[in-house]
Amino acid sequence: MMVHALRALLLWLAAGAVLAAPAGVAPALLQPLAGDDPDARVAAVAALGALATPQAATVLRALQDDALYATADDQVGIAGANGELPEGAETIVVNNRLRTAIAAALSGMDLMAPQAARRLAAARAMLDAEPDPAQLPLARRALAAETDDEVRALLALLVARTGLGAEDPAQRRLATQQLGELGGAAQRPLLQALLDNGAEPDEEVRVAAAQALAALDSRQRRADLAGHLFQGLSLGSVLLLAALGLAITFGLMGVINMAHGELLMIGAYTTWLVQTLFRRYLPDALDLYLLAALPAAFAVAALAGMAIERTVIRWLYGRPLETLLATWGISLMLMQGVRTLFGAQNVEVANPAWMSGGLTVLGSLVLPYNRIAIIVFAVLVTAAVWLLLNATRLGLFVRAVMQNRRMADCVGVRTGRIDMLTFGLGSGIAGLGGVALSQLGNVGPDLGQAYIIDSFMVVVLGGVGQLAGTVIAALGLGELNKLLEPLAGAVLAKIGILIFIVVFIQLRPQGLFALKGRSVE
Amino acid sequence: MTKPTTFRTALITALALLAALLPVLHLAFPPEHALHVSGYTLALVGKFMCYALAALALDLVWGYTGILSLGHALFFALGAYAHGMYLMRAIGRDGVHGSVLPDFMVFLDWQELPWFWAMTDSFWYCMALAVLVPGVLAFVFGYFAFRSRIKGVYFSIITQALAYACMLLFFRNDTGFGGNNGFTDFRRILGHDITAPSIRAALYLATLAFLVGALCLCRWLVASRLGRILQGVRDAEPRLMFLGYDPLWFKLFVWTLSAVLCGIAGALYVPQVGIVNPSEMSPANSIEMVIWVAVGGRGTLLGAILGAFTVNGLKSWFTAAFPDLWLFALGLLFILVTLLMPKGLLGLRLRRRRPPPAAQEPARLEEAA
Repeated sequence: MMVHALRALLLWLAAGAVLAAPAGVAPALLQPLAGDDPDARVAAVAALGALATPQAATVLRALQDDALYATADDQVGIAGANGELPEGAETIVVNNRLRTAIAAALSGMDLMAPQAARRLAAARAMLDAEPDPAQLPLARRALAAETDDEVRALLALLVARTGLGAEDPAQRRLATQQLGELGGAAQRPLLQALLDNGAEPDEEVRVAAAQALAALDSRQRRADLAGHLFQGLSLGSVLLLAALGLAITFGLMGVINMAHGELLMIGAYTTWLVQTLFRRYLPDALDLYLLAALPAAFAVAALAGMAIERTVIRWLYGRPLETLLATWGISLMLMQGVRTLFGAQNVEVANPAWMSGGLTVLGSLVLPYNRIAIIVFAVLVTAAVWLLLNATRLGLFVRAVMQNRRMADCVGVRTGRIDMLTFGLGSGIAGLGGVALSQLGNVGPDLGQAYIIDSFMVVVLGGVGQLAGTVIAALGLGELNKLLEPLAGAVLAKIGILIFIVVFIQLRPQGLFALKGRSVE
Repeated sequence: MTKPTTFRTALITALALLAALLPVLHLAFPPEHALHVSGYTLALVGKFMCYALAALALDLVWGYTGILSLGHALFFALGAYAHGMYLMRAIGRDGVHGSVLPDFMVFLDWQELPWFWAMTDSFWYCMALAVLVPGVLAFVFGYFAFRSRIKGVYFSIITQALAYACMLLFFRNDTGFGGNNGFTDFRRILGHDITAPSIRAALYLATLAFLVGALCLCRWLVASRLGRILQGVRDAEPRLMFLGYDPLWFKLFVWTLSAVLCGIAGALYVPQVGIVNPSEMSPANSIEMVIWVAVGGRGTLLGAILGAFTVNGLKSWFTAAFPDLWLFALGLLFILVTLLMPKGLLGLRLRRRRPPPAAQEPARLEEAA
């Protein structure tokens, strides 16, 4: 649309000076366009592109739109607004090859555009295309004039890439060195090609290319390792969020809650409900729905947990195996209940806008914002739980009841109420975990099933009743999983982890952080 | 003392004879006859008997020894897979691709059988596998677990993790057991058409024989000195240790035996149902087995069988009549059984006959805090 308007304007202006040669462009540059030599025509287009002036752009656009004509004596001009031509002139025919060249030249010209976004897009497009040595002067000029850091980095890479095709071996060597310093994995084939089929005649350039390749590879390895570590950290914080609630209900209270996964699911579905409500009633504040979803998910899951505790679990204290079966029954009913209410299909929970995208580090490594947000969230929730347990009156009561129920009862703690609140707290934290999970993957009735075994593994591995153990176990398992994955594949890594835990528990039945005791049990 | 025992023996004999009558009715009468038993009913009861055998095995470890396994579906599935390997080989060249290799291997472009498929064309070798693979796995796993004195919920959770890991393993195509789809499309067993009524009846009778045999074995076992010690492990393991017994070998024996029985149940299950895939190993299946025992009454052998038939009968009825309600019903069953009838259906009957004498119950040791 804009292009059309611009063109109309330009043509209207040009029409005044009826069909004269375009101003600001040397006629000698245009002449080959009127000729028959296809190579010369392509070269002329490239030369126009390298000029990168608004006038050159006008000519190229006219050519693209079949509005450029040539007179019998090879004078080139732009047709009038209504396509009128001077006597004896003919429109220049543009074939596909020439069209490609025009498009490339025009996109190259965007490098000089006033808007940073357009310059960025142009640089990206040129990096994706085959390097063309004719673009070198243009890229250099653009680099010299560029002020935006992101675009500068891309342009420097572009200069290095196009420099590989230069005539002068010294320039080519410089270009390979630059590529080695700047490039990522995408530049590897270019350098490899220099070494492979004897394409590069100069010995020094080949040496430089080999060094550049080595530099690229080592940087790539470092980036990969950093990537795996980050993914491990991210998986670890997901595991931590999923297991933290269980660390309270199972770790502190000793309740085997097989419905824990379904409490995560309830949290995720609450997030979805809040999102739906925001969409309908507060579409302007949609990006903030997560903030509302956090307390909602905590409250819903905590209420569900307290209801479960009062109706079922309360009667089964001291009978862990029966608790396991009863809570499994609850989990089946919750799953089927959600399926009946919301359907068996996954529901769609969208990341808020501020969570999409990512942070680019080490050249090619992208750290998605939603992963970073979840790591931060895991830290916050863990800190809050720790404070709650160790610095509040409720936490004091919780610890008292868990350590010596009878004595706590004697000094007036209402143990039944504390049981209910503790279980509600663990369930509410599971709800918060559900909010986090909803931002990463599918939200469906089976969501909890995927996490229940992992959560138990984390708590058992960390040592029952130890918050620090849970944190370390979750992060350790996450890292181990992600470091094994590139070696063995995702499924084998997962199996390896499970077997590792089974063996580990054989060796240290009390987990990483055992409380010392004298019990024979 | 002897009276209820003889009564039970008579009851078992009568039920077994009644069950043995079904295939006779199936073969003797034409389909339109009133006394005809359909192939569907026969397969259904045969399937239930396999479940009952697995429940019996689980009751031995949970009801009598106090070890709750959440991984028995794994042993069941391993037995099923072992027999399935034979059945896959017995298809021969009649598969979709007309190759000697099982279809899924042709699909994966494998040129020859992997090493662990060697000799699986022999029926008896596969039967041995169906017993040995669950047995050896259970022995090795149990040895390390019991030696480290892992018990209670910890044991339950790691058995669940084991079954889960194996399920993931079997879901992989590269593992060599048909991946997602598992084994199916069986055609022959020992040279006979697997869908023929006489073969169905034979499989049914074999299942019945194994079930009755296992029941007799278990009854003898739990009444023996060994059985007494197992119940001692369940009720007061520390006391048993102080008396000089090492619970390790007793537990290991009953655990391995249970896995073997479960493997046999799986091996009998697969030709009657005609399919086995990794979802047989899922944690949900293991827990469902536990509820069969709980519903019937843990610690009573007949209860395990009764529970398997009751729950699966309910399941068949519910999933046909109200498919959406089945999981609600099953969930409610879990809750009600654990809360209201900890001794299961048989417990209700026993309680009415002789009210629970509080003195007889061994004093429960207070859970170590």
